[in-house]
Amino acid sequence: MSGRTLSGRAAIVGIGQTEFSKESGRSELQLSVEAVQHALRDAGLAPADVDGLVTFTMDTSSEIAVARELGIPELRFFSRINYGGGAACATIQQAAMAVATGVADVVVAYRGFNERSGNRFGQFSTAVAAQVNTNGLDNAWTYPFGLGTPAATVAMQARRYLHEYGATSEDFGRVAVADRRHAATNPNAFFYQRPITLADHQASRMIADPLHLLDCCQESDGAVAIVVTTPERARDLPQTPAVIAAAAQGSGRDQFVMTSYYRDDIGIPEMGVVGRELWRQSGLGPDDVDVAILYDHFTPYVLMQLEELGFCGRGEAPGFIADGAIEVGGRLPINTHGGQLGEAYIHGMNGIAEGVRQLRGTSVNQVVSEAVLVTAGTGVPTSGLVLTR
Amino acid sequence: MSAVRPMANRDTQFFWDGALAGELRLQRCEACGALRHPPGPVCPDCGALERGHVVASGRGTVYSYVIHRHPPVPGKELPILLAVIDLEEGPRMVGEIVDLPEDELVIGLPVRVDFRAVDDELSLPVWRKADA
Repeated sequence: MSGRTLSGRAAIVGIGQTEFSKESGRSELQLSVEAVQHALRDAGLAPADVDGLVTFTMDTSSEIAVARELGIPELRFFSRINYGGGAACATIQQAAMAVATGVADVVVAYRGFNERSGNRFGQFSTAVAAQVNTNGLDNAWTYPFGLGTPAATVAMQARRYLHEYGATSEDFGRVAVADRRHAATNPNAFFYQRPITLADHQASRMIADPLHLLDCCQESDGAVAIVVTTPERARDLPQTPAVIAAAAQGSGRDQFVMTSYYRDDIGIPEMGVVGRELWRQSGLGPDDVDVAILYDHFTPYVLMQLEELGFCGRGEAPGFIADGAIEVGGRLPINTHGGQLGEAYIHGMNGIAEGVRQLRGTSVNQVVSEAVLVTAGTGVPTSGLVLTR
Repeated sequence: MSAVRPMANRDTQFFWDGALAGELRLQRCEACGALRHPPGPVCPDCGALERGHVVASGRGTVYSYVIHRHPPVPGKELPILLAVIDLEEGPRMVGEIVDLPEDELVIGLPVRVDFRAVDDELSLPVWRKADA
């Protein structure tokens, strides 16, 4: 075993999810527990095998509540990651570090919410501005003026991107078209059999100019769970393991949550931190990846991610995606499950499940690739994964 | 619903006190002179804890902007014109642009600060088009 690397020392052996809907009709805790049950069944494991649980700081279901419902007898490891959707891949990093070091043997990462029928993240949240912590203080510089919805905070970055690089709203729209094309063949997607055209995107109403409605992801109810263990144990389990070749977190200089507007060059350099670390850990590079799951709560950040992750240079993403490169059959198909615009918004965890399906060969939009890149929330301190067979 | 009030603590209260007094205050490091917004307890440039403030000219230009059309925002009528403003002194600040037809909002637009009283205890900076 090589020293001081996480690469290759943990694997995803189970994925599970509930249905994705606009009104689940049950509690967030029940959703999460159902997803974990499905994931354990997929992995060929029982609740008694689980000794670690990880989730998002934002999740409303504590590790102990999930453990109680599942009948998990003892937990040796539990952890949470902050910063909204930026946590997604970092929950897998937590799990990987725990099993790689022997702190735990089987760790399940979960995220479940009624994000459409309950607390909608797309709305203007006065509670977020009233948090008694430094995040609440940070929000004092935007919320009282009326800047507070995720769409508007992204639109501020998007407008500058259009200005700097001569990009257009249609460049953003191509991301939505690709996602919805992929969702159209995914029976689990909310927008199954409902592709869109670029004209549909352009005709959709303005939400936070320059963002149209179809630049914005869905709001969804649902849950996803991911089971992580050692490669050694994975060999005895039924599924083809998705080996964690790299797992990284990133925060940049003068970092804020969604409002990092005070840097010379605004953008998302925190994803550059993640990208450089993913390539370093895995020994791979952008040319080795033929399919990527790029966090897509809002389309502009998909373009900026392609640049930060090294698939193209700064300002070159509009050209990179122009010829259908990010659709199935293109150079780098992205979000083959339909992404959060097309499948569901489960805070990025459904994207990790899709990355695993790509390596198993069970995606509805299967691409042949030795490695899959998955990223987490953008505009926030974030994370990413490189998964291999 | 009434407007969102800013959370403040001993590191940031000077800014809101300034707004109430009609001053746009920028934190200044008393050791190295660096100006900073948003403020905080330690100078990221030199590590000094000693800090004061200067009163900014209140002039700047629009670095980026958003026209917020949906969803509703408590205490606001839609659309809201929002901008990141490059202040004359260097730091950036987020603000609401008022009394401007939305098609006149462009990157590079010169703006100047004004203050709008919410009540006796809170005044918020707002930004108006300035002469170039």
